[in-house]
Amino acid sequence: MKYPYFPGCTLYTKAKKLDDAGRECSLKLGFELDELKDWTCCGATFPLVNDQHITMSGPTRILADTKDQGNDKLVTLCSVCFNVLKRTNNVMLNDEERRAKVIDFIERDYHGEVEVLHYLQLLRDEIGFDVLKEKVVKPLEGLKVACYYGCLLLRPVKEIGLDSMEDPTIFEDFIRALGGEPIEFPYKVECCGAFQAVHSMDTATRCSREILNSAKNSGADLVITTCPLCQFNLDDRQPEIQKSDPGFSSIPVVYFTQLLALALDLPAEELGFERNLIDPLPLLKEKGVVA
Amino acid sequence: MGDLVELTGLKDGEPVTCVAVFGDHSDFESVPVERRVMVIGAGITGITSSIDLGNAGYQVMLVDRLPSVGGRMLQLSETFPTLDCAQCTLTPRTVESGQHPNVLLKTSCEIEELKGEPGDYTVRLRQKVIYVDWNKCTGCGTCIQKCPSKGIALFERDAGRMTAIYTLSPQAVPNKPVIDADRCRYLTRGKCGVCAKACPVDAINYEQQESFFEAHVGAIIVATGFDIYDWKKKMPEYGGGKVPDVIDGLTFERYLSASGPTAGEIVRPSDGKIVKDIVFIQCVGSRNPEFHKAYCSRVCCMYTAKHARLYKHKVHDGQVYIFYIDIRSTGKGYEQFIQQSVSEEEIIYIRGRAAKLYRDGDKIIVNGADTLTGKNIEIAADMVVLAAAMVPNEGAQELADILGLKCNDDGFFIEENYKLSPIETGRQGIYLAGCCQGIKDIADSAAQGSAASSKAQVFLSSVRRQKQEAV
Repeated sequence: MKYPYFPGCTLYTKAKKLDDAGRECSLKLGFELDELKDWTCCGATFPLVNDQHITMSGPTRILADTKDQGNDKLVTLCSVCFNVLKRTNNVMLNDEERRAKVIDFIERDYHGEVEVLHYLQLLRDEIGFDVLKEKVVKPLEGLKVACYYGCLLLRPVKEIGLDSMEDPTIFEDFIRALGGEPIEFPYKVECCGAFQAVHSMDTATRCSREILNSAKNSGADLVITTCPLCQFNLDDRQPEIQKSDPGFSSIPVVYFTQLLALALDLPAEELGFERNLIDPLPLLKEKGVVA
Repeated sequence: MGDLVELTGLKDGEPVTCVAVFGDHSDFESVPVERRVMVIGAGITGITSSIDLGNAGYQVMLVDRLPSVGGRMLQLSETFPTLDCAQCTLTPRTVESGQHPNVLLKTSCEIEELKGEPGDYTVRLRQKVIYVDWNKCTGCGTCIQKCPSKGIALFERDAGRMTAIYTLSPQAVPNKPVIDADRCRYLTRGKCGVCAKACPVDAINYEQQESFFEAHVGAIIVATGFDIYDWKKKMPEYGGGKVPDVIDGLTFERYLSASGPTAGEIVRPSDGKIVKDIVFIQCVGSRNPEFHKAYCSRVCCMYTAKHARLYKHKVHDGQVYIFYIDIRSTGKGYEQFIQQSVSEEEIIYIRGRAAKLYRDGDKIIVNGADTLTGKNIEIAADMVVLAAAMVPNEGAQELADILGLKCNDDGFFIEENYKLSPIETGRQGIYLAGCCQGIKDIADSAAQGSAASSKAQVFLSSVRRQKQEAV
């Protein structure tokens, strides 16, 4: 089974490990991520005002390409790409006036025919977490995982519709299927600071500190995320947090596909853990997840 | 349509009227009218209607699906803006409704079917199984003292416990018990029978069957009241019912009540400690058109101020924080009540919404924003009280279907005209009163209860009516 796949720019660069592991795991799970041809950047922002259309031209073109290449689904791994493509597709489906403007500009024929899926959603709804559970070779036994959702995977909930925006469970169910132990922590759907990291590093540091402390206080061994920007903030801010708070002990932040790959017994050395600022390998070895 | 002349007189002590119609009288007919009224819902509204009608000489059947009358008001501690005791003001009315020669209480009953036409309605009712023969029961209460099965009390909400054979409250009218079949050991496991052995008049009947009966009435008043929005299911940001010591306002009333499960002490359900820091959050589910209810629940600003004051009267060194959007205090003496709360009781009002709350150790952390200073606020509280939206009582739509009435999107009964005929419905002889028509406070509910009784009397006093299709 092939699923058309949109990696997005970050997964070709900084978040390569999210991409690599996702592709490898899909093969183990019996499906293939078929990369879209000639894809472009999704734009990484969805317009927040109703009279702005230009930023939808990129994602609409991607969706039209998907359709023209004979597909009715498009899978993404990155929360930002997922959010932008999904919301753009909603506009194409439900808002004829805005659709017409974008379509006039890019000169393509598209009416929202493609269903945008996140990889997690694909695992839950198309593959099934019960099937996933059966395919697990090395269960993540004893690993306490803080499932960090961030914002873009869930919000705005009426447009994304993946799960509850306040108390989602898809990530926890995923970890349970892998044999790990998801822990509940109150900051699992709080913002990581996102692009604030560009112009107000302090804000991003504060947001990350609260999320990480909340996860650690709830007993987590490590944090997982679907989003390259969340991973960057939560991982990269830790030395800064330590400067202002010497008592702060670091905690690894990894992509969900990396844990999935470990549970499916893919070799740890191919999963790009060396790119993490806080090295998760000592912990994973201590827990017996990695030999 | 013709001109009418009414001639009224007495025959055998009963009023009789005949109508003379001059000109075209095809739209009118003269019909016999039942001088009886059914009131559905025995809260303060329905009780007020019933007593008014009874005093005017009409026979009233006051129906409630619960085992005793009093409704929501009986659960309240003290009432704004006068801070008088709800039970002290209400129980004389509940007792009067129980003893009034013209008022017949029909509790544990549900409306099944409506037939007939205005002035001559036949209502079919279902008498629920209560496993106690009330004709024999003297209300001595021995069975309640002996019952070994304890569970969460309906009347006390999550705050108190009660036995499987119970009366809703110690002041219940009628003061006779019923058995909760789901909790009764005899009915669930076949063993126990303690109440049957204890009963001195042999009133317990485990074999009792559901029964049906019909009532003939001329008019019907619907006063089915309100319930609390299901925040536990629908609002995970406020703990979804999973964070201990987060309760709704109606539950807090039971904590405040001197006859409540804690005898009026404000202690935490989780560990019984006295609450020192308390956060009230207003507009929980109200005024939230995107996800919850778009409307304002009207009474929460007032009752939250009342809660805060009553709390301060009990815990002098306690600190109160109230998150609000704006304060709506539109009744007589209401604004003064709010101002007094702010200036005299050292209550901190924070203009902003609480975004979320969660448990941290033995505290509840409330995250919110103070929109007047533009700052984020984090409060560590011992207890959080949510002023959850008020919604129509469960089953309102089903009742509307039976009676041929309509409900709006929020489930409130639709009146004929909101401004000029807020009591009348689309059906002649059926009237609305109280919170089932729209959220209102006790004063307005009582006023509308009286208004509905007047409307019913006006209708029943006239023997002519416009022809309309039979039901």
